[in-house]
Amino acid sequence: MKRLYFLYALLGCLLAAPLSALPAAAAEEVIISGSTTVLPVMQKAGEAFMAANPGIFLAISGGGSGSGIKALNEGLCQIAMSSRDIKSSEADEGKAKGVNAVRTPIAVDALLPVVHKDNPVKNLSMDQLRDIYAGKISNWKDVGGKDGNIVVISRDSSSGTYETWNELIMRKEKVAASALLQASNGAVAQAVSKNPRAIGYIGFGYMNDSLKKINVDGVEATALTALSKTWPIARELYVFTNGAPSGAVKRLIDYLLDPQKGQKNVAEAGFIPLPKK
Amino acid sequence: MFSLLRLAALINLLALLGVCAFLFRNGFSSLSWELISQPPRDAMTAGGVLPCMIGTALLALGALLISFPLGVASAVYLHEYAGDSAFAGYVRLGVNNLAGVPSVVFGLFGLSFFVLTCGFGISLLSGVLTLVILTLPVIISTAEEALRQVPADFRQASLALGATRSQTILRVVLPAAMPGMCTGAILGLARAAGETAAIMFTGAVFFTTKGVNSIFSPVMALPNHIYVLATSGTEIDKTMPLQYGTALLLFLLILLLNLTAVCIRDRRQSG
Amino acid sequence: MTPGSARKEQIIRLMLAGVAGCSLLFLALIMVFLFMEGLPVFRQLPVTDFLFGMEWRPTAEYPEFGIFPLIAGSAAVTLVASSLAIPLGVMTAVWLTEIAPSTLRRIFKPVIELLAALPSVVVGFFGMAVVAPRTQTFFDLDTGLNLFNAGLMLAFMSVPTICSVAEDALHSVPVSLREASLALGATRWETIIRVVIPAAFSGIGTACMLGMSRSIGETMVVLMVAGGAGIIPSSLFDPIRPMPAAIAAEIAEAPFRGEHYHALFAIGMVLFLFTLAFNLVARRITEKNRLTLN
Repeated sequence: MKRLYFLYALLGCLLAAPLSALPAAAAEEVIISGSTTVLPVMQKAGEAFMAANPGIFLAISGGGSGSGIKALNEGLCQIAMSSRDIKSSEADEGKAKGVNAVRTPIAVDALLPVVHKDNPVKNLSMDQLRDIYAGKISNWKDVGGKDGNIVVISRDSSSGTYETWNELIMRKEKVAASALLQASNGAVAQAVSKNPRAIGYIGFGYMNDSLKKINVDGVEATALTALSKTWPIARELYVFTNGAPSGAVKRLIDYLLDPQKGQKNVAEAGFIPLPKK
Repeated sequence: MFSLLRLAALINLLALLGVCAFLFRNGFSSLSWELISQPPRDAMTAGGVLPCMIGTALLALGALLISFPLGVASAVYLHEYAGDSAFAGYVRLGVNNLAGVPSVVFGLFGLSFFVLTCGFGISLLSGVLTLVILTLPVIISTAEEALRQVPADFRQASLALGATRSQTILRVVLPAAMPGMCTGAILGLARAAGETAAIMFTGAVFFTTKGVNSIFSPVMALPNHIYVLATSGTEIDKTMPLQYGTALLLFLLILLLNLTAVCIRDRRQSG
Repeated sequence: MTPGSARKEQIIRLMLAGVAGCSLLFLALIMVFLFMEGLPVFRQLPVTDFLFGMEWRPTAEYPEFGIFPLIAGSAAVTLVASSLAIPLGVMTAVWLTEIAPSTLRRIFKPVIELLAALPSVVVGFFGMAVVAPRTQTFFDLDTGLNLFNAGLMLAFMSVPTICSVAEDALHSVPVSLREASLALGATRWETIIRVVIPAAFSGIGTACMLGMSRSIGETMVVLMVAGGAGIIPSSLFDPIRPMPAAIAAEIAEAPFRGEHYHALFAIGMVLFLFTLAFNLVARRITEKNRLTLN
């Protein structure tokens, strides 16, 4: 019997340990969900924001712009991150549920076509990009590279990144079925960095040393070309809230827009801060 | 010819050892006090995994807290009361099929039922309840096995002394079967702690600024964190040491739980 | 026994029955919600277009929900995994019951159980971080995230299931059968092949079915290492997108209760029915076996 009591005691201790980690009173909570492009910005800002506002609890999850806006409409989150504007169908759906989505731009992003750092290709035209993604060009030597199959990596989601790519590059063409589909910007970056034959597209902040960005029609993607819209695939990143932000949500958004605070985090995360007014 | 069989066994052993060796070689240097005592920092490229450990502990223990009593009661009914009745047959069929349901389907159910229909949102509570259903079959089948191993003499002796059936079960059968049931509980705990697909869209999120807020808040969890580190984030290569460290940590946790279960079982068998 | 305590016993019995019924209730709830969320997709889409459609483009402007490439992906990866795991698992089980000395057996059994307990995300991580880059350079492939890698990782995960169930089956073959065979002059090898394995055949069959059911439903491994291209694989090294991977990758991104969401639940239905069928067949085999042995 003694052994039994020991076991009970052990079980009790195991249970008590994590429970003691629960704070006595629940903090004010902000749930943030949506675009994986905006995710690193929000995470960086969130870490700094938390240090200044320990009374506010932030929970951040990815998923994609579409699911973030949908979650906002369902009341499952207070802030939706999005790398595209809200669609009229989404806005109508929100209104039917009493949700009035209000848009706030927080950063500028340039969508980057990227290849492995050892790939000699430097420049592609918009048409070449489209043909590669549609499966019409399937060998690197057709676009000035080494002989070898092009491994096309795309996004599979309701992500704004995919929709922007679809709209600006693919136009009416379909992405080939043989494309490897990845669920996030990070996964695309990872897959391309591991594969000398791959091509992918990512948000500006996901660029790193193991990747090489491709110039499009001779234009190099930089903060300047993105802000001046010379870079053909630039866009704004947004957060959406239900009505004008208030309370903890407002404090977070004010923080994000502050040139000395949140906008610095935007740059640290690798994205382009909003142009100064 | 026998060498072929030996080879098969050897391949299994080598595969397991290979995985362990890789995890240890690459992850051991990342195992540090910082890893288990700090929250992630700098967009998860530094710091530790403390909130994930707390989240996983709460998810797994919370699930066990509900599924253990449920499972033991079910097993007592199946073994001590129902015998071969038709209802018991259906329940056994149900338990068996529940055990075979893919974890992603549990996740879908949790999303549709707990998150959306019950309105719990993506939260600790939804995650725990999903894991309850997932671990229930493990608990029931091990608890029933434990009851089966209690000699019939015990029951007859107790009944002959004038105890009622429920007294017999409570005072004689359950204490005798408890070590076996604990084995099951720990196996269930290990299953819940290592589970990813079922909590990915019911309870776990990418990042929270603090450990846990309330049972209606989402949490971070170790398995989900490995997935997140390996597939998202801006600089995945930079987080490689953290990935190996976290994977090794989860592996060690599961290893420890399973070894405990094996020890309890072996002691009972030899004692 | 007093009448009062008899009633108390009755109440306890009923309460326990109620609790035991929970499992049935949960299973029923899972089915109800799966179907409730999955069936709406068939309002616009004929079932045959869903099951045999060749294009899975859930987020296109004119979305297409044909899951045949996903079913093919699941089938292919299960096939690859099983063709590795079944021989390995069964042979290991035979070795454990028939040949291994008892000390080795005592070490090996927990090792196999531990293998079964490895979290799938750790296996997936291993496949992604260790196996994928190495196979990619070794075979000079387009990508290391492919059918072969996923099959290998799944085999690794289903061997323990197959091995332990098959071992139980081999264990329950009466010793007298073996002794009779040996007494008739058969060698040990002949005894194993001609007597023990045929006697345990249905149990081994169950083991294989359960192993395959585990492979087809496993999520994290295929999500992380299968590559994710929705095509019907034409070679061992093609990337694929099995059903669980599609669900796990897309459900977080599918707007709640939209068409894509319903389509993913419909895939969940298909997956559920597949595993249910595997499990029922496995159970059928065991029950038949019990009847013939008695």
